Amino acid sequence: MAVKAAGRASSRNHDNPIPKPELIQLLTPEGELTPHPDYPLELSVDEIKSLYRDLVLVRRIDFEAIALQRKGELGIWASLLGQEAAQVGSGRALEPRDMAFPTYREHGVAWCRGLDPVKLLELFRGVNFGGWDPREHNFHLYTIVIGAQTLHATGYAMGIQRDGAVGGEDGEAVIAYFGDGATSQGDVNESFIWASVNNAPIVFFCQNNQWAISAPLEKQTRVPLYQRAQGFGFPGLRVDGNDVLACLAVTRKALQAAREGQGPTMIEAYTYRMGAHTTTDDPTRYRLSAELESWKLKDPIERVRQYLIRPGLAKEDFFAAVNAEADEIGARIRQACETMPDPEPLSMFDHVYAEPNALVAAEREQAAAYISSFMTEDGAR
Amino acid sequence: MTSGQTRQHRPRAARKRPAEPVTITYREAMRAAIREALQRDDRVFLMGEDVGRYGGCFAVSLGLLEEFGPERIRDTPLSESAFVGAGIGAAMGGMRPIVEIMTVNFSLLALDQIMNNAATLRHMSGGQVGVPLVIRMTTGAGRQLAAQHSHSLEGWFAHIPGLKILAPATLEDARGMLWTALADPDPVLIFEHGSLYNVSGTLPADAGPVGIDRAAIRRPGRDVTLISYGGTLGKALAAADRLAGDGIEAEVIDLRTLRPLDDAAIIDSVSRTHRVVLADEGWRSGSLAAEVSARITEQAFYQLDAPVQRVCGAEVPIPYARHLEQAALPQPETIAAAARAVVG
Repeated sequence: MAVKAAGRASSRNHDNPIPKPELIQLLTPEGELTPHPDYPLELSVDEIKSLYRDLVLVRRIDFEAIALQRKGELGIWASLLGQEAAQVGSGRALEPRDMAFPTYREHGVAWCRGLDPVKLLELFRGVNFGGWDPREHNFHLYTIVIGAQTLHATGYAMGIQRDGAVGGEDGEAVIAYFGDGATSQGDVNESFIWASVNNAPIVFFCQNNQWAISAPLEKQTRVPLYQRAQGFGFPGLRVDGNDVLACLAVTRKALQAAREGQGPTMIEAYTYRMGAHTTTDDPTRYRLSAELESWKLKDPIERVRQYLIRPGLAKEDFFAAVNAEADEIGARIRQACETMPDPEPLSMFDHVYAEPNALVAAEREQAAAYISSFMTEDGAR
Repeated sequence: MTSGQTRQHRPRAARKRPAEPVTITYREAMRAAIREALQRDDRVFLMGEDVGRYGGCFAVSLGLLEEFGPERIRDTPLSESAFVGAGIGAAMGGMRPIVEIMTVNFSLLALDQIMNNAATLRHMSGGQVGVPLVIRMTTGAGRQLAAQHSHSLEGWFAHIPGLKILAPATLEDARGMLWTALADPDPVLIFEHGSLYNVSGTLPADAGPVGIDRAAIRRPGRDVTLISYGGTLGKALAAADRLAGDGIEAEVIDLRTLRPLDDAAIIDSVSRTHRVVLADEGWRSGSLAAEVSARITEQAFYQLDAPVQRVCGAEVPIPYARHLEQAALPQPETIAAAARAVVG
């Protein structure tokens, strides 16, 4: 009997290799349009210009925030550098009635939801724990715990279902943001199961930026992340996360499917974290600069600029105006951040419970007495 | 394979003469302990998030990947339940894993593995299966990491039978507790307060394993006993300095091991000073400080000249703004004020 010399040593030599991932792209890094039959996108030049403006402004907001952290004005900042297209594309696909559940890095989505970036700075400065009303913008507060929001989003989507707000002209949908690292967490996998079996109106938007702090993608998965969705029972697809047009088109379609009652979709936006995980991190410890350099050639902003500039769809005055607006926003949020008042010391006792609580009240009183022991006679501290 | 098996270890090289003391940080002392364990016992390996290429979120394992390779310094996916559970399995299979959970806050994702598995398997297997696992994690507040990344939950874990809980507060203990913990046949959790990693001092060059069953008197005194551990010990010692300026001689006890507690050391000190202040970063209600206080009341009630006082973390989610966070934690001033109050 012939014995097959099977390559047991390498478990990667499967007879059935993992299918090569397909990347949905509508705008190449060089700025060429590449229409996709499944994702038609009709946008006017003004609409594309508007997306360009979004990309530039959110990058500038991010840049200012990093600088503010370096000056000691913010405790920490999680940069979105490199992920502008994934966030603006998906963010602009949302209807006002849809609900978004962000991580702590979704500054571009926040922008698209109409949130003043100063609100983000308040959060990262510690002036408050989320100074915006999630219902006003249908943009939930940032979630710090990795992947936890995917379950909240699933529960919210099931609530929409229960309210009968799925289907019809004005159907609603939910989008849950998370990263590649989060896909290793139990919570995210459990949310996939729940969303699937309940056919919840949700889009799982995974920004695969290749790095979970220092853990590279190959430490998180052996299959392309979007292919996991099939195992949970809903479609998954990979989009060029640095292509704002593709991200917009793909997310629009997935949201529409969810609104119509067709259940969840997972979108893997294939992108790159160009900066550190947060301002506490130093990526030079664990990744090669060659990788960073190769991604610079796929910059999400430059390709839109190329698209606009070459056939003369936009002139220098347009780009200058956008840059001037970025400068203005930068100056405004910088000034706002530096003049934010420190929260009152006793405010830490607020919102521990909704109703008065004897223990908290006693500690507040104790702290007030302690603080007042430092007061001079004229009431100054 | 049961956990009862042991292997011959290479004896440590005899030293010709006492080595010179070395200046070292808490972080480096912990790293030296991990390195020694990896060198002495090939069953030992380190596993956790960012421990390899990054060198650990708090840089404890910096350089160990290069020294020991990826089989023994293992980066994991973001799956706390998985890598703690896998550590339990490896320990059951005869290995001696050191599992690093980035911070205590993330241990909550592995709580079922720690509490319902590691802590119970010996009992529920009729003594057949032990879990000689060491789990290290950073604990505590004080670094502006906000309410979800600043917990002091070692008191919770000290509630659980089947576990041993250590809180190294000194360089000697950072250097010495790990090996003793690895030699223990049952799961041991080591809580490293995040504020300690940069603390620097001197250690004998041949510093090695220390016991993990006794509290320590870090400063003798006769007027009042300050009981603390981990990241709050330094604040208790600073409070004792202030009190000395007022003519109050405070004795400072470092609990070191939070489960089992060294009742004898506590009761002995209280029986000499007759006054106690407990300083614990954990929330007061249901805290470790509450447990110690109860034991003093049970065992030394008639030795007390004043009610036991506790200085604990404010019972709020830990604030993110620096000045609020500092106000929410025990500080040398607040510990000293409580001590003055009981001394009267």
